[in-house]
Amino acid sequence: MSTAFKQALEDGKFVVTSEIGPPKGVNLDPMKHHIELLKDRVDALNVTDNQSSVMRFPSLGGTLNVKELGAEPILQMTCRDRNRLALQADLLFAYSRGVRNVLCLTGDAVPVGDHKQAKAVFDLESVQLLHTVRHLETGKDLGGNDLDGPVEFCVGAIVTPEADPLEPQLLKFEKKIQAGAEFFQTQAIYDLNNFRAFMDFARQFEVKILAGIVLLVSARMARYMNANVPGIFVPDELIAELEAAPKGEALKTGIRIAGRMIRELREEKICDGVHIMAIGKEEVVPDILAAAGM
Amino acid sequence: MKTITRLKDMDKIENSLAGDTGVCIVGCGTCATMCRTGGQEQVASMKRSLQALGKVLTGTLVVPTACDELSPQAVRDHKHAFDDADAVLAMTCAFGVQTLASTLMRPVIPALDTLFLGKEQAVGSYSEICMQCGECVLEDTAGICPVTACHKGLLNGPCGGTNKGKCEIGNDTDCAWAMIYNRLQAMGRLDRMRKYQPPKNYQAVSKPGKVQIPLQGSEAQ
Ligand code: SF4
Ligand code: SF4
Repeated sequence: MSTAFKQALEDGKFVVTSEIGPPKGVNLDPMKHHIELLKDRVDALNVTDNQSSVMRFPSLGGTLNVKELGAEPILQMTCRDRNRLALQADLLFAYSRGVRNVLCLTGDAVPVGDHKQAKAVFDLESVQLLHTVRHLETGKDLGGNDLDGPVEFCVGAIVTPEADPLEPQLLKFEKKIQAGAEFFQTQAIYDLNNFRAFMDFARQFEVKILAGIVLLVSARMARYMNANVPGIFVPDELIAELEAAPKGEALKTGIRIAGRMIRELREEKICDGVHIMAIGKEEVVPDILAAAGM
Repeated sequence: MKTITRLKDMDKIENSLAGDTGVCIVGCGTCATMCRTGGQEQVASMKRSLQALGKVLTGTLVVPTACDELSPQAVRDHKHAFDDADAVLAMTCAFGVQTLASTLMRPVIPALDTLFLGKEQAVGSYSEICMQCGECVLEDTAGICPVTACHKGLLNGPCGGTNKGKCEIGNDTDCAWAMIYNRLQAMGRLDRMRKYQPPKNYQAVSKPGKVQIPLQGSEAQ
C-alpha cells in the first residue's frame, strides 16, 4: 500500500525525514509547534517511543497529532514496554487511524532510562517485530487467528553504520531486510567515507537508506558522543571545526556541518535521503535544510 | 552450577525479626557456603550481630543441603533449638527457606536474597549461566546463551547498543552477541546466526513450573 512517504521513497527523490520527541506530560503545544514548523519541509516525521527508556507521552499519540496537523507520521515502535499482544493491538489501532508507516526498533535498555526498576519486556525484538507487521498483513495475527479487516504498512528499521564491530550489525541488517524492512534510517553518521563504504554494501539490497544526521551543537557534545554513545563516531576535523567557532556560534557551525553533509549526500547520490535528528533543537531543522540548499 | 545468594541489608533483617526474641539461625553447607553467604563463618558472624541487637540465640546450625530432606532431618535433630525460637533466620537460598517453612510452624525469615543460578568466575564474582527458559537455543549460538547473557534476551543478533564487545548497559558487561558472533565465525558457522529465530515460546514451561517426565530405560519397568 502506498503511503505518501512510501511514494516519496519510490519516486526516487531525495527524501527528508525528521523526528518529534513527545513531551513528558500533556502540554502538547511545543510538540505541535515543532510539527507545524517541520511539516512542509519534510516527507515524514518520526515520533519517538519512550526514547532512551524515558517515560513520555506515547509515540502513537504523537503520530495522531502529526496526522491531525496534516503531516505524514512514522510510528516508532520499540519492544521494550509491550508484549506481542500489545504491539499487535497498537498496530491495529495505528492502521485504523491512518498511521501507515512503522519503524521497528528493539528499544533501549531499561536501566539507561528514568524508571530503572521497570520490568523490561522484549517479548519480541526488532527483527521479530518486522516479521509481525508482515504477518499481520497476511490477515492473521501471531496466534494464527484471522483478522477481521487486514492491515498494510510501510515498514522500516534502523542500522548503525559505525557499529564496532560492524560485521554482526551488517548481518542483522540483512536479517531485517529479509524480515521485510523497506527503508532504513541510520544511526548518526559523520564520516562520509565510512558511510560510503557502508552504502557500497547496502546497495546490493532493494532497500532505501536515509542517513542519520544528528545536529552537533558543540565540540563538547561531539566528544561526549564519541566517548559514550555506541555506534557514533565524530571525526577530529569536525570537532576542530566546532572548536574554532567564535563564542556563541557553535550551533551555527553545527548547522553548517549538518547542511554540508546533507548537500554532499544528495549531490553525490550517496544514499536515498536523510533523517534529521535535532534532539531538542527542532526549530533549526529548516536552517539545516537551507544550509543544504534545500 | 549453584544458587547465587547475597546477604540482605542488616536493617531489613532486623525489621523482619522485630518482636521476635528467640532466634535460631540455619545456614547451608552447599551453595550458600560456596557463596560465602551462609556457611559456618557467616552464621557465626550473624549470631554476634543478633546478640548485639539483644536477641537470644536458641541455636545455630549449618545443614549440609538446606533445600532437600536434610532440612526436616535437622529440624528433628535440633528440636529444642527450633521449639524455643520465635523465628528462624535462614541463611540459605530461597529453596532452603521454603523447605524449612514447609517443615516448621514458625516464621522463617530469609537473610539472603536469591539472585540466580550461576557460577563463580573469579573469587566473589558470579555470572548467571541459564535462565531455564524451557526452549534451549544453544545449538545456534555457539554454546553462549543469548536469553541469559544478552541484557535484552535478543535472539536475532546484537542491538545498536553493542560497543566494542561490551553491552550498552555498561558495568563492563560483555555483549553476548559480540561473543556469539566471534565464536560462530571462528567455527565457520555464521549461517546459524543468519537464520531467523521466531518469537520465543514464553509458556514452554508452565507457570508455576511443574512437569511429569516419563521414566526411561530400566526405571520404566
Ligand atoms: S536458551 Fe539459555 S536460558 Fe534457555 S535453556 Fe538454553 S541456556 Fe538456558
Ligand atoms: S549490547 Fe549486546 S548484550 Fe547488550 S542488549 Fe545489546 S545485544 Fe544484548
